[in-house]
Amino acid sequence: MRLSSARRYAVNHLVTGLAVLSTVLVIVPLVAILGYLIYKGASSLNLAFFTHIPAPVGEPGGGMANAMLGSGIILALASSMGVPVGIAAGVYLAEYGWGTMLGMAVRFTADVLNGIPSIVMGIAAYSLIVMRQMHFSAFSGGVALAIMMVPTITRTTEEMLMTVPHAIREAALGLGVPKWRTVISVSLRTASPGIITGCMLAFARVAGETAPLLFTAFGNQFWSFKLNEPIAALPLQIYVYAISPYDEWHRLAWAGALVLILMIMVSVTLVRIYAGRGVLKGAS
Amino acid sequence: MSLEREPEPSSPLTAPTLPMDAAPIHAPAIINFVAAAEPVVAEGPPSPIRQYLRARGNGGLADGTFAAVMLVCALSIFAIVLFILTILIARSRLSLSQFGLGFFLRSAWNPVTGDFGALPFIYGTLATSLLALAMAVPLALGVAIFLSELCPERLRSPISFLTELLAAIPSVVYGLWAVFVLVPIMRDQLGPLLVKYLGWTGFFEGANFGVGLLTASIILAIMILPIISSITRDIMLAVPVSQREAVLALGATRWEMIRTGVLRNARIGIVGAVILGLGRALGETMAVTMVIGNHPDISKSLFAPANTLASVIAGEFSEATSSMYISALIEIGLALFLVTIVVNAIARALVWAVTRGAPARVH
Repeated sequence: MRLSSARRYAVNHLVTGLAVLSTVLVIVPLVAILGYLIYKGASSLNLAFFTHIPAPVGEPGGGMANAMLGSGIILALASSMGVPVGIAAGVYLAEYGWGTMLGMAVRFTADVLNGIPSIVMGIAAYSLIVMRQMHFSAFSGGVALAIMMVPTITRTTEEMLMTVPHAIREAALGLGVPKWRTVISVSLRTASPGIITGCMLAFARVAGETAPLLFTAFGNQFWSFKLNEPIAALPLQIYVYAISPYDEWHRLAWAGALVLILMIMVSVTLVRIYAGRGVLKGAS
Repeated sequence: MSLEREPEPSSPLTAPTLPMDAAPIHAPAIINFVAAAEPVVAEGPPSPIRQYLRARGNGGLADGTFAAVMLVCALSIFAIVLFILTILIARSRLSLSQFGLGFFLRSAWNPVTGDFGALPFIYGTLATSLLALAMAVPLALGVAIFLSELCPERLRSPISFLTELLAAIPSVVYGLWAVFVLVPIMRDQLGPLLVKYLGWTGFFEGANFGVGLLTASIILAIMILPIISSITRDIMLAVPVSQREAVLALGATRWEMIRTGVLRNARIGIVGAVILGLGRALGETMAVTMVIGNHPDISKSLFAPANTLASVIAGEFSEATSSMYISALIEIGLALFLVTIVVNAIARALVWAVTRGAPARVH
């Protein structure tokens, strides 16, 4: 009896030790990666990075100004298509389809769509737009990213609307406000900080996507403002520079990676702050 | 710790509780208001509020239109999935009719003669994903157990925040790190060590350039670790506290409590989380493309350069010249699409079965 209980306590301590050890084993390298990225990026970042276009091979200097503008254009396109659809689908799930078969099916499909590899989105956008137009374009990249934004935004919008107390909706309906106005002026307005941060999260996620842009936006070494022409994008440029053999380009890739990560860190932190609040404030 | 669950914060129309001093006559009128959203009291002129609201368009037309627009947007999610499927099938018809299902069993990949088969890429995808899972799952389980059962309250929030942050780092950035840090380590330190101690297994033969199956698996493992551990933690936290208390009350040690009270209840969801990680690993593109070596070969050695379904598309699509070449690559994309849909559907169903009712998160 004593022996067996001694063994049980030994096993208990062993497993506790293993769990702590594995956490340390995971956290330390991951923090090291993050630290290394910040260190390398910060030592490579300078003003020219934000103001210059890429320099020709062999010349020092240059920046990624055109890639950042291109990323901005593609993301603006993607958001203008993906955000309204995503929010509307989330409104349907939370306000109309809650508990119905169709609502369950939409929710499930959104979760599955979320797990489809980004490269498949790239191929789909290529097959749909680029093959028909016979040239790469900023627009096709925007479509690929918009499709990727929809499921994330739908699910966060739904979650955030579910945190709005029913009493507020009932108060509005009780005053004779029609349902559509209740949804817009009461539910959506109350949940708006959470929904906005959800959109930022989706935005940050697709901002770092490279695979869907490889054969849609394609990349460009120069300034480009037109939607039906190949355009540069920050993650694409990082990829091209990372696999190039030039040290100067490697430096720019690190700087670009830091800019991307900072953007993502800010949005993830904001989401965390809002999600942590539970029931959202608002409704001013 | 209270054994009772807190009341749902957002309970719907059920049982409106009235203040004690409210006249009971008012109660039916209030319920009617809520249910019908139309005034029942018809006496006298409408109040200014109601007049104002009526002037703002109180028609059933607006309500119906709004609901229809929301429904269309929700249905568009179905449409997107169906649409991707149709277009991928349509654009890969050339290769589908030329090679049939044998496409996935042939190991030829010769763009010059137009002879294509996807077997090397299927092998590469399976090998890297399964190796990555083998490395990541035990560690992720340990992290989840630590976070949900052992962790002091003060540490829990920063650590889970960190894992969320790491799950959000883009693939291309992990790839960048792998190219400049992991590949040299693999080539100069870890590789020779593996040859020295595990060379007899035959898995570590041939030249070691630092890039290859093993390097790709390691970066994949690093990328899926945060995802698996955070979902597993959520699932373990969804196990009711009463289960833990019951097992502890029987005199179990903490590990016995975790094993019988938590892991046994959460095992379906944990399997779901692992499959979700597998789905992520199967489709991971950029980081793998950057370190796998990109060579369509089936080799027993883990140092050998290889290619996965996703990385061959990323690497060769823009160079594909003949329409058969493009068609074959799109068919690979189609296969990837179908496989990840099945894998994700299974995983989601399993995770839902356990955490139903618990708040979902964005992953």
